[in-house]
Amino acid sequence: MSDILNALVAITNFILIPATAYGSQLALGALGVTLIYGILRFSNFAHGDTMAFGAMSTILVTWWLQSQGIGLGPLPTALLALPAGVAATVLLVLVTDRTVYRFYRRAKAKPVFLVIVSMGVMFVYNGLVRFIIGPDDQNFADGARFLISARDFKQMTGLDEGLAIRSSQAITIVTAVIVVAFLFWFLERTRTGKSMRAFSDNEDLALLSGINPERVVMLTWVLVAALATIAGVLYGLDKSFKPFTYFQLLLPIFAAAIVGGLGSPLGAIAGGFIIAFSEVAITYAFKKVAGYLLPEAWEPDGLVQLLSTDYKFAVSFVILVIVLLFRPTGLFRGKAV
Amino acid sequence: MTEHASAPLAGDAPFLIGEAMSGGYGTGPDILHGCTIAVNRGEIAVIVGPNGAGKSTAMKAVFGMLDLHSGSVRLDGQDITALSPQERVSRGMGFVPQTSNIFTSMTVEENLEMGAFLRRDDIRPTMEQVYDLFPILRDKRRQPAGELSGGQRQQVAVGRALMTKPSVLMLDEPTAGVSPIVMDELFDRIIEIARTGISILMVEQNARQALEIAHRGYVLVQGANAYTDTGKALLADPEVRRTFLGG
Repeated sequence: MSDILNALVAITNFILIPATAYGSQLALGALGVTLIYGILRFSNFAHGDTMAFGAMSTILVTWWLQSQGIGLGPLPTALLALPAGVAATVLLVLVTDRTVYRFYRRAKAKPVFLVIVSMGVMFVYNGLVRFIIGPDDQNFADGARFLISARDFKQMTGLDEGLAIRSSQAITIVTAVIVVAFLFWFLERTRTGKSMRAFSDNEDLALLSGINPERVVMLTWVLVAALATIAGVLYGLDKSFKPFTYFQLLLPIFAAAIVGGLGSPLGAIAGGFIIAFSEVAITYAFKKVAGYLLPEAWEPDGLVQLLSTDYKFAVSFVILVIVLLFRPTGLFRGKAV
Repeated sequence: MTEHASAPLAGDAPFLIGEAMSGGYGTGPDILHGCTIAVNRGEIAVIVGPNGAGKSTAMKAVFGMLDLHSGSVRLDGQDITALSPQERVSRGMGFVPQTSNIFTSMTVEENLEMGAFLRRDDIRPTMEQVYDLFPILRDKRRQPAGELSGGQRQQVAVGRALMTKPSVLMLDEPTAGVSPIVMDELFDRIIEIARTGISILMVEQNARQALEIAHRGYVLVQGANAYTDTGKALLADPEVRRTFLGG
């Protein structure tokens, strides 16, 4: 009996909790991608680096706050710095839109042009972030490290297996729930949010209804910048901040958005969790779980790991290919790619 | 063929008139050649003609969706030739495109709300009027508009345009792709709308039925007015019957 419990705790500790946190980060990232796709009608390759810029701005403000001795006690100071990071990122994307994207929008450029343009923007953002903060790992997490540590859990329950919930994981999940609830309330209930959905649904008819396209585009960038910054900071708190990892996050984020259905916010969230759970479960070594569940004689010698963690991006890639082959509109019937 | 073009309308000056319009899309060739379309307050004007005659184009020209290099459009005596379609909407023109005329992913009620986007006053009474006009929409108001039948979608499309409280409603083939029963039903509703004082300008494939309800009919051929008269007179005209109505 306790063997089964130990196995469950191990699965929760090494798969459920990390994948839920990672899934929340991917979902927030994918929401940004899907909003741009739905409203500006292109795949924004600069999204990963927008997240990096947002996280970087937040880190700089966090360091300043830390040097001033201002903190949030058990919560990371980064949460206090987040609004400033969001503001800096909003400014960056709005300047980019005004100077770069608007030109192509006015010229009614094909979406594929905009994709290439966004790649250019990606390289610029990428360089900007490295120029300001450098290419190395940065640590900015402070506050309490654990909500529940493995040792406390073992003492509480008397089980062999420990269950740890890091505070960054708890903060990620709580923040993601709040942000997603706000986003859906905004899109479903407010007049402005509905006008964004109308614009995404049928641009010509939205114009005929008197919806101002430039205002919709501006609002979209503001929302996307906020989502990207929040996702970037949460990822940085949970793992660590390194500019290159944000560029690498593009693949799982796009996979999440496409699996869910591009243009569908609900799909982006579902896609984020599908990718995260697949990635974590496939790269997890099940030896320990098998040890608890199987009779001693059957205990495996190997790690029982389907794929080494070095290949975790292959998981997103394979899921992406399968979805594009068999259901190109994604689970929630977004727009075909 | 053009001697009918400047035939004066009965009564006082028309509420909406596109006069001697010539032009086409972008830099393409001219589609309209001195075409005149007008409608009086609270009346129904119908544009009919063979395929490719420029019926829809003429209506889009009145709505400002193509570049006119000559001619003018006047609404209630004011020249609106230079205004964009959006500005014309805020001046009281409602337009129902032939296709993609609803927000398919949004509910019926949200479609109506979006129609009233420019309004800052209470839209509930107008929405009630639309529901009274199309009772089925009241039952389906929480359903995504994309899930409705063809006829119901057209009702949503017309309802959306009515939400701005327009003084003139322009319909591009409102009965395209709906069954004859639904078509009759839609025409009845259109007559009802006109009775409330809203001018109706519509393009129709079903020329005979449309001319029956029209105060004024325009037969276009190759982007120019071929025949202009009351709907009844056009239906009775042997020449029009033979060439355009199939005998």
